[in-house]
Amino acid sequence: MIYSVVGHYSLILGLCVSLILIFFSIQNFRNSNQLDTKILSFSFLQLFFVLISFLALIISFVISDFSNETVFNNSHTTKPLFYKISGTWGNHEGSLLLWLLVLTLFIFIFLLRTKNQPIKYKILTLAFQQVIIIGFFLFLIQTSNPFNYLFPVPGEGLGLNPILQDPALAIHPPILYLGYVGSSIIFSSALAATTLKMVSTSWAIHIKKWVLISWIFLTLGILLGSIWAYYELGWGGFWFWDPVENVSLMPWLALTTLLHCILVLERKEILTSWVIILSIATFTLSMCGTFLVRSGILNSVHTFANDPERGLFILIFLFALIFLSLFIFFFFHQTSKNNSSNFFWLSKETSILVNNWFMMYFLSVVLIGTVYPIFLDVISSQKISVGPPFYHKLIAPFLIPFLFAMAIGPRLKWIKSDLKDKIYLISLLIISILISFFIVKNFNTNVLINTILISSALYLFLITSRDFFKKKYKNFAQNTAHFGFSLLILSILFNNLFSSEIITNLKVGETYDNSKTKIVFESINQKKEKNYKSIIANFNITNSEGINNNLSPELRIYNQPNITTSEADIKTTLMKDKFIVINLVQNQDYFNVRYQVKPFMLWIWLSVIMISLGGLVSFLQKRI
Amino acid sequence: MKKKLIPYSIILIFLVIFVVFYKSLKDTNIYTPEVKINNDIPIFSAKLLFFNDEISSTEIFELDKFYLLNIWASWCVPCRDEHSILMSLSKNNKLTVIGMNYKDNKKNAKIFLNELGNPYKKIIIDKNDTNSIEWGAFGVTETFIIYNNKIIKKYIGPLNQELLMEIEKILK
Repeated sequence: MIYSVVGHYSLILGLCVSLILIFFSIQNFRNSNQLDTKILSFSFLQLFFVLISFLALIISFVISDFSNETVFNNSHTTKPLFYKISGTWGNHEGSLLLWLLVLTLFIFIFLLRTKNQPIKYKILTLAFQQVIIIGFFLFLIQTSNPFNYLFPVPGEGLGLNPILQDPALAIHPPILYLGYVGSSIIFSSALAATTLKMVSTSWAIHIKKWVLISWIFLTLGILLGSIWAYYELGWGGFWFWDPVENVSLMPWLALTTLLHCILVLERKEILTSWVIILSIATFTLSMCGTFLVRSGILNSVHTFANDPERGLFILIFLFALIFLSLFIFFFFHQTSKNNSSNFFWLSKETSILVNNWFMMYFLSVVLIGTVYPIFLDVISSQKISVGPPFYHKLIAPFLIPFLFAMAIGPRLKWIKSDLKDKIYLISLLIISILISFFIVKNFNTNVLINTILISSALYLFLITSRDFFKKKYKNFAQNTAHFGFSLLILSILFNNLFSSEIITNLKVGETYDNSKTKIVFESINQKKEKNYKSIIANFNITNSEGINNNLSPELRIYNQPNITTSEADIKTTLMKDKFIVINLVQNQDYFNVRYQVKPFMLWIWLSVIMISLGGLVSFLQKRI
Repeated sequence: MKKKLIPYSIILIFLVIFVVFYKSLKDTNIYTPEVKINNDIPIFSAKLLFFNDEISSTEIFELDKFYLLNIWASWCVPCRDEHSILMSLSKNNKLTVIGMNYKDNKKNAKIFLNELGNPYKKIIIDKNDTNSIEWGAFGVTETFIIYNNKIIKKYIGPLNQELLMEIEKILK
């Protein structure tokens, strides 16, 4: 109870500090010889208040204070401590408080760490960031206060959704938010830089670090979500083109494009409009994602509550930000005159520009696939759903030139260049086409498109892996990330082509046997844990090579709330995953058994880690 | 003038997006197809599961007879539950049980029937769920009772013992 009061009032105090900060920024902006020290201390104070409020919420969760409505709705006394804490951000109110915490933390670090930039720019960035922060404060206090008081105090809480009680998911939101919110700093500072007409090489060098930070976290956040969906949701896939996944992919695509534009702008004053628009787009897409998910327009595991009032608030806030940034862009931004004519066709910046257009194409495919059903529904009240085939058909063919440009582009020089060692590039191309033709031919699938797809990914793979040995450490970051990307595409392709699946119904003691695989349902155990009971089934699986595996998938019956979840058992080896999941068939002794062999699953995760490692290397690197 | 055209048109586009999002907020997102009771059944033609023929709906449904159309799929877990009910209904000679195989693969569908038995006189395939939408269905499993080319009853979700009694009452 006392913690809720503390939390609530420190939120209000935080909002007041925002207003004070805006007042000081205006004053400081007028005579800006020096950054007012008050600004720094007040933004620390704001961080402090939000932190207090966040800690208060965590404590309420830990001590199971059910007089707090959020705790009552999302916690339970029998829940393990770890999930009590992670339950803090596993719900709408708490996760917004976490947003706010990261927002205030980032602007404080920004003020502290930004040197050698004009004072006016710092103040203006702070002001734009405060606009966002105020928006979130109002949203939190008005429509989704995490400290609502319940009386009479309930004896027991409703419990956290069991599928969210998972270690990967406990850290997925904070990591993802670091990515999302990092993009807010890019947004504010891009607006500030545009207003002051200082979108230039030196600004690009300064903002690059922030772009990299948010990019790394966004990549890892998406990865964690994907891993979680793989083993918890029991569909046996890692990406479903679910609207909610798309919503996190869109800012990633925009941010990746932005990163490449910044790399160009670092060296040459071109692509300024690209940089500004992408900075705006990344953050507004993140916000748009929040809107779509939280308003309940899209239904998914991420939908916490369908409250139209919340949706309306984010919608108005989102469009206010969009119109503000549009106004600033059109009013202040002037493209430099020598901009367009300055490209030589064969140069690094041209190849980056080409791939930027491809990225924009991918982005629009995902955007249309996600938003079009909503539009169609409103305009003609038709219901459609857009599934994976749409994305696969529209994206896969364009990956081919995209991958080639990724392979060749980094080998070119800035401004103007000539392709060196052509013989080597062409011979690698022939090698990769031959290898992939051989692979695809052996498996009797759709030969032409798969050969070209695999060979383009393989080409990038070969070129980047050769560069590891040859080029010393000149372009190490870029090479790592591109190598990771080629590995990702290769693993996804092989995973799609060579997966196999068996679905059957078995009783204890029964055996399923086709010529290749033998599944023996050996026995069944029961176990009782603190917050769930579980039924563990033991399978013995023999494949055609005579390799024997014991797999034990689980059914968990949680007591609060009363939900059954299937826990897949996955045997991960270097080359393939064996994935088995069971479901109850009602009123019968049969279990529905799904057994999948999925090659290269581990490599999908590893390659994404590798991609973000490339970002990390670039972040730590000093500029040469 | 030309210079101002771009900003204005972009602002206009965003305004349209705003309005659409705003309107979609007001709509509920729960998909409820119209319940088409006492309506004429849709006229369609579809492929059969066990033969490679195409059949039209007029060949399936004759006047003055009771039909039960059941939408099912091998991947649908509730379908397994209601299968025994369908089996016992198929023994009733007043009623013809028709299956509509929904978004399924032929091989799995056949395995499913081999394993649990085939209650259906005819099975039509609805590979891309266009037929079931015409029927006003939104998934598996759903069951329609048809008499004189009209839908007289519709059940969403698996059949159970209670509904079995109800259907038998209708037949009398």
